[in-house]
Amino acid sequence: MAKSNILARTGNEAMAEAMRQINPDVVAAYPITPATEIVQIFAGYVADGLVDTEFVPVESEHSAMSACIGASAAGGRAMTGTSSQGLALMAEMLYVASGLRLPIVLADVNRALSSPINIHCDHSDTMMVKEAGWIQIFSENAQEAYDNMVQAIKIAETAKVPVIVTTDGFIISHGMERIEILDDSVVKSFVGPYKPENYLLNFDKIITVGALDLPDYYFEHRRQAAEAMRTAGAIIMDVASGYQKISGRSYGLLEKYKLDDADCAIVAMGSTAGTAKVAIDNLRAKGLKVGLLKPRVFRPFPKSEISDALKNIKAIAVMDRSDSMNGQEGPVCLEVKAALYDKSLNKPVLDYIYGLGGREIRLDEIENIYNDLFEAIKGKSKDKITYLGVRE
Amino acid sequence: MATEKQSKPGWKKLQEGDLIIGGGTAKEFKTGDWRSKRPVFIPEKCINCLTCWVYCPDSAVIVKDGKVVGFDYEHCKGCGICEHECPVKGKAIKMISEKEAKANEKK
Repeated sequence: MAKSNILARTGNEAMAEAMRQINPDVVAAYPITPATEIVQIFAGYVADGLVDTEFVPVESEHSAMSACIGASAAGGRAMTGTSSQGLALMAEMLYVASGLRLPIVLADVNRALSSPINIHCDHSDTMMVKEAGWIQIFSENAQEAYDNMVQAIKIAETAKVPVIVTTDGFIISHGMERIEILDDSVVKSFVGPYKPENYLLNFDKIITVGALDLPDYYFEHRRQAAEAMRTAGAIIMDVASGYQKISGRSYGLLEKYKLDDADCAIVAMGSTAGTAKVAIDNLRAKGLKVGLLKPRVFRPFPKSEISDALKNIKAIAVMDRSDSMNGQEGPVCLEVKAALYDKSLNKPVLDYIYGLGGREIRLDEIENIYNDLFEAIKGKSKDKITYLGVRE
Repeated sequence: MATEKQSKPGWKKLQEGDLIIGGGTAKEFKTGDWRSKRPVFIPEKCINCLTCWVYCPDSAVIVKDGKVVGFDYEHCKGCGICEHECPVKGKAIKMISEKEAKANEKK
């Protein structure tokens, strides 16, 4: 091999690298910490002529998503990147994109929402738009961020459902790691050219986009979008299988780590899954049967896959890096519980709300969660909801 | 209502994402179907000043060769502005209830 494909890259650099190889028609973006670098680096690629992309520096994230919607409806491949308040400002347009079934891909660097203002990682931004009709894929590290971006464009265009790929702010976005990228030509042929069936700039086949939908049609179109999300799971698996052939790296809706024979399991998304794997190795060395379930895809929620994976586990801890402020469990825990209920699986499920606003999560804290779970198996009651790492 | 439900396509048959294929389709959108009152034209009283044509917010006053000939009931919402603005003593436009008008049509 003449040129090494092994590089040292931060999460943001890895995502920008994937975008360079995808070579979208339009990127419209507004800067926000900690996601700025993704589009800043990409703007450099545009300036250097490395991509054919039209870069639109807009005046807000609402405009960024609006421009992506216009570009996508016109027939272009459109991408953007944002974080936190930016994603919140986009929220209105996220619903428009998914309702119009436009396959836009958004790199979101997870960051806490105001107030109080904070620039560090938690998942409240992504959880805020979990009902927006976008596929949501969480990345554990920079390698996954790169791999997920390349797969996302193909998933979006096949499912006609837009995709958010997330990394954890600073932890992944600014942490440099060893990653392995594919050759430009391999990515180019994997994603292929974007050929929408209908688009506004096709003057041979005129269409109307975004027409008023009254009570006699709106429901049917929402039903279609709901179905698109249901069937997206199979498309994600298909794309993952194609991606494995070109990369050797295997992806699914979720990842199991030492789970099959485990007594206790943690469910965690994003970078914490990586920390949990180390904690598991430490505890396994002491003979404790512990494992991890990492949902990679949060939307569509892999309900039956999750309940199947957890059916033989005796006690489960769900780690929620956001709080729904709803007087009950966090968003991931509620959905995991719902998945278990439908399979009549009644077992202790403890929720740990952690890491808000970038509060560190340490190995010993995760090991303590497993201790709690072993206590719960013994019938010793534990708090159903624990705010892990908060000062009392 | 039941027959109306059946006459419209189910969700599996609709264009995805609320797309409408083809241009100029607004012409096919009849927007006057929820009118509760309709204007009736009384030609013998009309002085063809076209005030109603100027004021109509839906361009639903039909004019031929400079003369009012009637209303476009597929788009008229029955707001009554035409009747209100008609300067003729005794009015050349009269608003009647849609129900009454439909009953008269059937006769």
